[in-house]
Amino acid sequence: MLLDLLKETLWSLTGNKIRSSLTMLGIVIGIASVIAMVAIGQGAQNSIAKSIESIGSNLIIIMPGAARGSGISQGRGSAETLTMEDVNAISTQVSDISAVAPEVSRRYQITAGGNNTNTQVVGTLPAYTEVRNVQIDLGSFLNAQQVQTSSKVAVLGATARDDLFGANANPIGQAIRVNGVGFTVIGVTVLKGGAGFNNPDDYVYVPISTDQHYLAGNNFVSDISAAATSPDTIAAAQQEVTDLLLTRHKITDPTQADFNILNQADIISTASSVTSTFTTLLASIAGISLLVGGIGIMNMMLTTVTERTREIGLRKAVGVRRIYINMQFLAEAVVLTFLGGIIGIILGWLMSMLASHFLNMTTQVSVSAILLAFGVSAGIGIIFGFYPARRAAALSPIEALRYE
Amino acid sequence: MIECKDLVKIYRNGDVETQALKGVSFEIEDGEFVAIIGPSGSGKSTLMHIIGALDTPTSGSYILGGQEMSSLDDNELSDIRRTKIGFVFQSFNLLPRTTVLRNVMLPLLYSNTSEKEREQRALESLKYAGMDESKVYNLSNQLSGGQMQRVAIARALINNPSIILADEPTGNLDTKTSHIVMKTFQELNAKGHTIVLITHEEEIANFASRVISIRDGVVESDRKT
Repeated sequence: MLLDLLKETLWSLTGNKIRSSLTMLGIVIGIASVIAMVAIGQGAQNSIAKSIESIGSNLIIIMPGAARGSGISQGRGSAETLTMEDVNAISTQVSDISAVAPEVSRRYQITAGGNNTNTQVVGTLPAYTEVRNVQIDLGSFLNAQQVQTSSKVAVLGATARDDLFGANANPIGQAIRVNGVGFTVIGVTVLKGGAGFNNPDDYVYVPISTDQHYLAGNNFVSDISAAATSPDTIAAAQQEVTDLLLTRHKITDPTQADFNILNQADIISTASSVTSTFTTLLASIAGISLLVGGIGIMNMMLTTVTERTREIGLRKAVGVRRIYINMQFLAEAVVLTFLGGIIGIILGWLMSMLASHFLNMTTQVSVSAILLAFGVSAGIGIIFGFYPARRAAALSPIEALRYE
Repeated sequence: MIECKDLVKIYRNGDVETQALKGVSFEIEDGEFVAIIGPSGSGKSTLMHIIGALDTPTSGSYILGGQEMSSLDDNELSDIRRTKIGFVFQSFNLLPRTTVLRNVMLPLLYSNTSEKEREQRALESLKYAGMDESKVYNLSNQLSGGQMQRVAIARALINNPSIILADEPTGNLDTKTSHIVMKTFQELNAKGHTIVLITHEEEIANFASRVISIRDGVVESDRKT
């Protein structure tokens, strides 16, 4: 019995190769496009999330307010209101902050041997690595003693190293000159992957004391980065820092504060609203491909059944019981959708591999996309393959035989 | 042995009632070759459906081989068709793109018969129906009309049915081929098969040994040829 069923199914599918392959094509395209689409979307989302994480974890950034002279604002961050004393106060008095790293940053011309470049020089503390997620590739980062003694040592960003010493060179122990002052290179950071004007890979890090003494010539800091103890304490930490600085700067009206505070949650929420729009867009494209694929399957199955109603009538007339006819058509629909589904999954996976390989995109094939695409296509295939056949099998054999 | 008693069939299509059979009674003995003749609309197709266990009468009784058929359900009718009735249709109704052998084996599907036995029975059946042995692996759509009808006859014979029911078997054939097919029926009848032939052509009906004429849902005449 079961053997007969299998044989009839296989015979029917292989006997009509074009019909079978066209039906399968709809399923394959539907599933493959959804999988590839979602894989590309998820990959993009992940890479956005990763690049946000790379700027630091639970980060709070404190920037000075605008400098005003004769009623002319020079823009936010231009005032020199933040000092090392503020930094010390934050690190000792705010309990929700785990690390504080002040920055004195400015662009300088840097030379090393015959090469030179113009890049951002950041004077900071050892805590910078923790606050800003900086990792060391070669050598070491600044240590407390070097800050204490205002040592003329520098850590290069990966891009800055490439510009000054050539790609992947080991510059440890080499001398560079920043604005005419000689420094010794003690480390190189790991490439973060960024681009543009504020590329974190194109920085040169020096001890903050050295920077203030030899380069900036004053005691102010450009901004302060602080890491909250956890994502949940970011808001509380931000409030505490605000209160502390208002008190220290003797300001009673918060709207008149001479500093601005920005936290990573704000950045993340902006970015996540972008990514959620992106996800919605991709999901709707995927949904449309699934719908189109589904309509393809539906069409093929319905045409097939119309054509096969006479065959069903004949089978009934020669005495095949209705249940066997139903089972055969169900088996055919199941085999077609599963075969098409498997090919579709492989194809979709290959497409996302190719996309990541040739278009240089991160892709991630997600199980839920596979299940959804497969479920919808299989559902459509089985319903539209089986239901009309079932109806035809319920007809009297004569009606089915005469069906046009 | 076929016994029809007061067969009435009423078709309902919305509010319209059509009485296709208005009380038809006759008996067919085993080994007879009977032609049921009548113009279109006479009710002969309806009668064929009832005799062929494709449909049940609205009232009256139909007994095939001692079994009352008028109250069977879909599955029981399927079983009767498979075991007791062999159909030959006007439009042959062979599975397209399928070998002759497979077509003949179709009624043996889902039965407890081995593949080998099925093939053997199909070959015998084809030989019996006068089909050229060299064509058994040809596809059904590569055959001529007369050959297709022979395959259909072989298919009808494979379960060794009590009756062979032929519905306008020559309707799609030319005169010469029609006569060859009718000769085949006569040969089968000579070998003891009961044959019921439905037709509207007097000439074809005359190949049978008895002609029942139907008109407007009742038996008009019943004569031996």
